[in-house]
Amino acid sequence: MEIDRPTDLATALEALRQAPDATLLAGGTDLMVEINFGHRRPEHVIALRRVNELQEVDGTIGAGVTWARLEEGPHRALAQAARTVGSPQIRAAGTIGGNLGTASPAGDGLPFLVALDAEIELRSAAGSRRLRWDEFLTGPKLTALQPGELIHSVVLPEEIPARQEFGKVGVRNAMVISAVMACVVRYEDGRTRVAVGSAGPTTLRMGRAEEMISAEADPSAAALSEFQRLVSEEVRPITDHRSTESYRRHAAGVIARRLLERCLR
Amino acid sequence: MDIRFRLNGEDRAVDAGASQSLLSLLRDGLGLPGSKNACEQGECGSCTVVMDGRAVCSCLVLAADTDGADITTVEGLGDEDTLHAVQAALVDGGGVQCGFCTPGFVVAAAHLFESNPTPSTDEIREALSGNICRCTGYGGILRSLEGLAGR
Ligand SMILES: Cc1cc2nc3c(=O)[nH]c(=O)nc-3n(C[C@H](O)[C@H](O)[C@H](O)COP(=O)(O)OP(=O)(O)OC[C@H]3O[C@@H](n4cnc5c(N)ncnc54)[C@H](O)[C@@H]3O)c2cc1C
Ligand code: FES
Ligand code: FES
Repeated sequence: MEIDRPTDLATALEALRQAPDATLLAGGTDLMVEINFGHRRPEHVIALRRVNELQEVDGTIGAGVTWARLEEGPHRALAQAARTVGSPQIRAAGTIGGNLGTASPAGDGLPFLVALDAEIELRSAAGSRRLRWDEFLTGPKLTALQPGELIHSVVLPEEIPARQEFGKVGVRNAMVISAVMACVVRYEDGRTRVAVGSAGPTTLRMGRAEEMISAEADPSAAALSEFQRLVSEEVRPITDHRSTESYRRHAAGVIARRLLERCLR
Repeated sequence: MDIRFRLNGEDRAVDAGASQSLLSLLRDGLGLPGSKNACEQGECGSCTVVMDGRAVCSCLVLAADTDGADITTVEGLGDEDTLHAVQAALVDGGGVQCGFCTPGFVVAAAHLFESNPTPSTDEIREALSGNICRCTGYGGILRSLEGLAGR
């Protein structure tokens, strides 16, 4: 096994140019599990945790930013999501870039990015490109990342509503992968965006529920119930070892409604 | 693969294997079996070490990526003659049964007390939420550490 441990972005990109198929390593909290269980034996690793340019948190969020740092802000719902990831040990090492790289439908960092229509900035020695989240996340554990590229950062829109909430349903508080989770954001003019995870092949947006509730300036109890019903209808969950299709469908509606109610307070 | 790091206050030059975790390097390569191996997937915390000021699961750290790091394992915190305050508290408070999980709890708790000498019960619970114990039911561990925090 070869390893590069670049300390700046240019060196990292040059290493990646020379070894486009090298395995990128950030906090290791996903990758090392695969290595320990013999599912992966990388021949060449490029370790990114020393690269300063990936550590930004203002404006764009660098791929190398850990959950422990995101817990501190500046984005309320992302901090709420960060707070639910694994355990203190996992949050001290795991990064948002690694969450995107793994692209699990259960990635807790993703609903916030999806609700805000964030873009993912990719870099290679040849240049950079930005993909909207739905161009980047192409399927369960699948992304549009090409050999020779790395995830540089998450680019958020200029307008970010103050009303934003994340919530997660799982079997216990600490150290639990979501059975289902959601992020709801509401702009001052009523526009509402809802992203749900662990309820489809990738994180999903609830287009019909959004459209319906965005038109309600001061949603009535009946409107909230309709919102909940639409979310439960729109998700596309499966049954697996963590939960069932019907429980996820139900819980997605409940959690989305609860988050919306918090946004409306 | 040659790497250099600081381990329990000593500069070391060691050979890290391909795909080897820091946990395996510590236990199998360097004769430091204090960090325990129970899951190798970040779930149990028995392998917790402090690396560059953060408590992490050593099973999830690629040994080859520790070049330049400053690492403290349970062996660096105390020994039989001079127990770390957390170790003494756990012994006195009945926070240890089989002891397998103990090194991980000791490292995680010592890390907490270093930055916060008087943590609240919630802060203690939170700091230990990545460590699993199959014996004590956590009550003894929690009470021992509350005592140390002066609660
Ligand atoms: C015990 C445990 C509990 C967990 N709990 C949760 C949880 O509650 N919620 C959750 O969402 N996740 C959870 N995870 C999964 C994991 O911690 C997260 O997905 C984390 O964000 C991964 O980040 P990392 O830096 O550790 O990634 P790594 O393991 O270093 O990398 C993950 C993948 O992303 C790629 N990658 C990393 N950085 C880049 C980059 N800059 N550019 C391109 N590709 C890159 C890697 O090649 C690899 O394929 C848990 C994991 C463990 C072990
Ligand atoms: S052995 Fe590392 S967390 Fe269990
Ligand atoms: S004392 Fe036995 S596992 Fe904790």
